[in-house]
Amino acid sequence: MDVTAAKQIGAGLATIAFVGSGIGIGVVFGNYISGALRNPGAASTQFTNLYIGYALCELQGLFGLLIALILLFT
Amino acid sequence: MALNPMEQFEVRPVSWAQAPLFHIGHYSIYFTNQALWMLVVVISLSLFLILSVNKGRVVPTRAQSLAELSYEFVGGMIDMTSGPAGFRFFPLIFTIFMFILFCNGFGLLPIAFTVTSQIAITFFLTAVVILTAIVTGFVRHGFGFLKLFVIKAPVVIMIPMVVLEFISFCARPISLSMRLFANMLAGHTMLKVMAGFVISLGAAGGAYTVLAAAPEALIVGLTALEFLVAFLQAYVFAILSCIYLSEALHLHDNH
Repeated sequence: MDVTAAKQIGAGLATIAFVGSGIGIGVVFGNYISGALRNPGAASTQFTNLYIGYALCELQGLFGLLIALILLFT
Repeated sequence: MALNPMEQFEVRPVSWAQAPLFHIGHYSIYFTNQALWMLVVVISLSLFLILSVNKGRVVPTRAQSLAELSYEFVGGMIDMTSGPAGFRFFPLIFTIFMFILFCNGFGLLPIAFTVTSQIAITFFLTAVVILTAIVTGFVRHGFGFLKLFVIKAPVVIMIPMVVLEFISFCARPISLSMRLFANMLAGHTMLKVMAGFVISLGAAGGAYTVLAAAPEALIVGLTALEFLVAFLQAYVFAILSCIYLSEALHLHDNH
């Protein structure tokens, strides 16, 4: 197989990382909302933790994007 | 596709100053579009913050309450993560938050260059935060700062945990800079790809021209999403900086 073709297929496959990222973000926000509906008074205090969890989940997908960019542009 | 969606991220000298400004060794230093937009961001940010609060009205105008709101927002963020001791870092966190917010915001203008979509910029911002945290930790705790990697546990669990904590500490600069850079890059590339669809469909003629309204509508929605992402990434960057600095201040005994 041609090296360029292999690189581009690899870059495409690397975007599968976003599956996990999407599941993770869904779990984070879903659990936040179900927790917030049970105890609305405590919801605003957990806002920071919510976005930290979101950022960490999103990061796992972005590492896939990083690999795709490395494959495409080096 | 004839239109390259990555072209918007190209750093090049501005059209009215093609000659290099000066030389360092073999490298020529140009006044690039990136430098131009950073100047625009810094000047408009300074003007906004200075002009809105310099009268110091008791009943604030709209601009003054925006400035006060952002001040209190960052203040609350630092108070929540690191307590009163963290307020010595208020100038750093506030500057980073407002700079990233304005860079992301200005980047959404159709003609603009997005400064934060360059890893050089985001990595430099991250380096400032991480080096501040490391220097603060060693100044405050001496070599006791290395206790950051040690958790209270049986030795069998502790030794692999030290290795893991060390790896996670080393991954912080990469993750913090990558997050901002990749979010901006991905969002803007997506907008330009959609814009490419509109143009190719519009140029195809006939029934295809009508279909061009679909990606056009998607662009409107995505732009609204990008405004959310622009704010969210500035917030996430600032709050993670707060946490890293707070760990350097308090080690593990804060929580």
